[in-house]
Formats: sequence, structure tokens, C-alpha cells
Amino acid sequence: MLEQYLNLFLKAVFVENMALAFFLGMCTFLAVSKKVDTSIGLGVAVVVVQTITIPVNNLLYTFVLKEGALSWAGLPDTDLSFLGLITYIGVIAAMVQILEMTLDRYVPALYNALGIFLPLITVNCAILGGSLFMVEREYSFGESVVFGLGSGFGWAIAIVALAGIREKLKYSDVPEGLRGLGITFIIVGLMALAFMSFSGIQL
Amino acid sequence: MKFLRDALDKVAPTFEKGGKLETLYPLYEAIDTFLFTPGTSTRGRTHVRDGMDLKRMMITVAMALVPCILMALWNTGHQANLGIEKLGLEGASGWRGWVLDTIGIGYAADNPLACFIHGALYFLPAFLVTNIVGGIVEVGFAMVRKHEVNEGFLVTGILFPLTLPPTIPLWQVGLGIAFGVIMAKEIFGGTGKNFLNVALTARAFLYFAYPAEMSGDAIWTAVDGWSGATALGLGAANGMAPVHESMTWMQAFLGNIQGSMGETSTLACLIGAAILIWTGVGSWRIILSCFVGALGSAALLNMIGSETNPMFQMPWHWHFVVGGLAFGVVYMATDPVTATFTDRGKWFYGLLIGVMATLIRVVNPAFPEGIMLAILFGNVFAPVIDHFVVQANIKRRAARYV
Repeated sequence: MLEQYLNLFLKAVFVENMALAFFLGMCTFLAVSKKVDTSIGLGVAVVVVQTITIPVNNLLYTFVLKEGALSWAGLPDTDLSFLGLITYIGVIAAMVQILEMTLDRYVPALYNALGIFLPLITVNCAILGGSLFMVEREYSFGESVVFGLGSGFGWAIAIVALAGIREKLKYSDVPEGLRGLGITFIIVGLMALAFMSFSGIQL
Repeated sequence: MKFLRDALDKVAPTFEKGGKLETLYPLYEAIDTFLFTPGTSTRGRTHVRDGMDLKRMMITVAMALVPCILMALWNTGHQANLGIEKLGLEGASGWRGWVLDTIGIGYAADNPLACFIHGALYFLPAFLVTNIVGGIVEVGFAMVRKHEVNEGFLVTGILFPLTLPPTIPLWQVGLGIAFGVIMAKEIFGGTGKNFLNVALTARAFLYFAYPAEMSGDAIWTAVDGWSGATALGLGAANGMAPVHESMTWMQAFLGNIQGSMGETSTLACLIGAAILIWTGVGSWRIILSCFVGALGSAALLNMIGSETNPMFQMPWHWHFVVGGLAFGVVYMATDPVTATFTDRGKWFYGLLIGVMATLIRVVNPAFPEGIMLAILFGNVFAPVIDHFVVQANIKRRAARYV
């Protein structure tokens, strides 16, 4: 049991890295990776959001949305799975709102540094993607907690590494037309090449 | 030497600002500073009095690569001649066969000269294509972007062909080095400004783009129709028994096995390592911690064991001598540009590479060899490791002076 969870965690962090294997959550990934400290903050925020929203969505899916899930309420024939997307986004939006208020109250420095990208976590496809993967792969509640933690953690590692590289590249001499986002795209591509080392691992 | 200096001084005005061939200045500058100490001196207050600049550093690496090049020449030919003997062929095919027949040296595997010449016919074309294509790209960028051409490319140009299997088609060599030099180096501004090792990026690109020519059993010996798995391939498929059957540990250590051209000999790499450490160009911290990481993780995997994956059996002293571990660790992990800068960071960086290399070899069934991707992975995390080491240092020193 524990081994299965560990495997799932490692797989979510490395083999199926949200950012560098699936290229999800790219907008924030590219935009908030200029400084290591800010990116650590965003990484932690994503880990928190992932770890809470995926299990909550899992509960909603199992007990409300799935076909026949409402049998406990005496409605065995109802299939609400078409409401999936809007429900997951709703949960994520609420979660991010709470996180935002918490950060504003307790860590204003990070709140200011993250700026618009904090509310934008709502539409970060890595987060919605996590919930959708959870549904597609039919994770149990325990698995969805581990998967949420792992996928968030993998994304956080990737953005911190990218921020490190971008800080180092301050001293580089990139051609005019590639400065900014252009070179960042290329860096991410090269990082994904290095992350290929995990592809093919069966856990 | 005097007439060389005079000749260079004589043509100098043509290349300097306002001269006829102003655009070709990087080329002139490269030749000039390759032969002589640069004449420019610092003007500001900071001044370092040292003959050791980027050029001399890179030349040292090129010198340290000589043992590996010699081994590559001999072993490539030796393996090919052995293969010809075993298959009972008349000789090599294609233009190489024509050249060897014209010289009339024969295909005896125990004649070192015959092996050297046969090997050179495989290594030199790859080497030349690498340097011509890469050189054109490098000089082109230098002219347009007004930076210097320097020996950083010389090292890449030697490292890259050494990491290739002897049977690689030459157009792929050219494509690979062009990708590596442009995408991994020049778009970041040239030598010293990249974050991934150039030669390895080029090789990784070929590895994923043309897997048929970069992996498998048929490519490691330069004989048509020959098929033989490398030690890592054998170990991954059936464990240590077939590896022991096909080679002894000493054979693998000396480099008398098939594999990529320059990587087979651990002994040659260790000689190179001694040169690099002695001259202070390569970091002994990185080399040592890579080996410690590989040793530790290999021993741990031996202990865990596995019933389904025979690669778990391979002991650490075999991990060191087969495949490209030693070559990668000595010449590529120590690349001062892409490694960590801080001394403490180097330990973490080396450990990360060592552990990753064995993990990929053993745990990942998709890749028999892991050192290439492990070093690229280490490169990706090197800046972050540095960042945390520096932050920890700042914190510790701040705490001391409250």
C-alpha cells in the first residue's frame, strides 16, 4: 500500500512532470520564473492548491457527479458527469480565493511579488489538468491526495529550476529578438530534453 | 615564431576596424590568440596577473583528451578487425575498404598500426565533419554577433565525435553538432554563457531524433552485418552472466570493448582526469562525488535486488568501467561553465549526477546508458544548487554578526 503510494508520488513528480512532460501550466511557468524566491512562493502555492483541490474534486466526483453516484440520495440513474468541468473549476477558484486572502494577510511580500499570477492559478491548466487526470485514471481518495501532492511538487521543482537557469542567464548575451519569452521557451525545451531521462520508467 | 608574428601583424590592418575584411575579424583574432598571448591588457583598477585565460583552459582540456583519442583510434579499428575476423569477411566495405586495400596494411587485429589506420578512417571523418560544420556555425555567429571564436568550440569538437558510435552517418554528425552549437550555445551568446553541455546536447538531440543510428546492438562495431550488445545492453537483458562471458573486468577497464568511439577506456579517462585535476581545470570535487554517488546508488540497488530486473545485479566496480560513465564524469560533468560554481554545490551536483546515472541505467528500461541524460539533468539543476548554497552562506554569516 505504502509502496504503491510512493510509486505514484515519484511518477507524478518526475516521470509525468506536469510542466516538462505534459507542458501544462505554461503561462505562469514562463511568466513567474524570473527570480528563484518568487518561483518558490508560486511553487508552494501550486502544491497547496493541488493537494487540496484534487482530493476535494475526487470526493465530489465519487459522491455527486459520477454515474450512479447519487444513489445514496435515492437517485441511482442520475449521471451528472457533464457538470464535471464547471464543478472542478468552481472548487479551484474558491480554493485560490482563500489562498489569496491568506497570503495577503500573512505573507504580503509574496502576495505582491506574485501579483496577477496568483488569481491566475485558477486558470492554470496544470491545476485543472490534475483534477481531470484524477478522473480519467480513476484514482481513489488516498491516491488523489498523493497525486495532488506529487504533481504540484513536480511543477514546483520545474519552475524553481527554470528560475535558477534564468537568473544565471542574466549574464548571457541573447540575440535581440529572442530576449524574454523567446529564450525562455527554448530553455524549457532543453530542460524537457534533460527530463526525458525519466520517460519510460515503469513504476 | 618571429616570422609568424610578423605575418600576422602585417595582415592585421585588413581585419581591423575600417579594413577591407572587417567582417572576418573574429577569424583573424581566433588564429592570432591561438598562437600568441593576446596583446590587450586591462585598463581599469582591477587587474589579474595570470596566464590562465579561457583559451589556455580549453586547450588543457583538449590535451587531456589525447589519451581518449588514441584509444578511440586504436579500439575502433581493433573492434572492426576482430569483427571482420569473426565473420570471415574479406575486408572492410565501401571507400574505407578501398583505402585500406590501397595501403595494403591488412586487417590483422593484433597489428596495432592496422587497427590505428582502420580506426582513423572512422574517427577522422566524424571529427572533420564536426569541426567543419560546427566551425562554420561558430565563425558565422562570431562575425554577425561580434564575439570571439575561442577554444571552447575546439573542446566540443573533440568531445562530440568521441561520444558517437563508429557507424554513425556523417550527415547526422553535422546535423547534431549544428543543433548543439546553435541551440545550446550560440543563442545564449557563445562560450561561457550556455547552461547545458554543448556536446551532450548535440548527442541527446541525435539520440532522440535518430534512435536507430544511436542505440541498439548493430551500431557499436564498424562492420557490416555485425550485431553485438554492449555490456550495459547485456546486463539489462540477462544480468551479469552474459557480461562475464563476453569480457573480463580488466578488458573493460582498459577499453578493449565495443561502444561509442572514445568512451570505452576507463584507464584513458583516468589519465585525462589526472591531467585535469593536476592543472586545476577539472574539479576533483565533482569527479569524486560523481563516483561516490554512482558507487552508493549501485551498492544500494545491489542490496535491494530485483527478481524482474536483472540490471540490479551489476556491482559498482562494473558500473565504473562499462559504458560512458568515466568519460562523462571526467570530461563533461566537470565542464566549468555548466557545472555548479560553489565548492559545496559541486558535491551535491556530483552526487546528483552519479546517482542519476546509475538510476537511469538500472531502473529505466528505455535507456541502457544514463550518463548523458544524468549530466544534462545535473546541468539543469546546477544554478538552483548554487542559489541555495549561496543563500545558506549568507544566512550563516548574517547570523554570526547579529
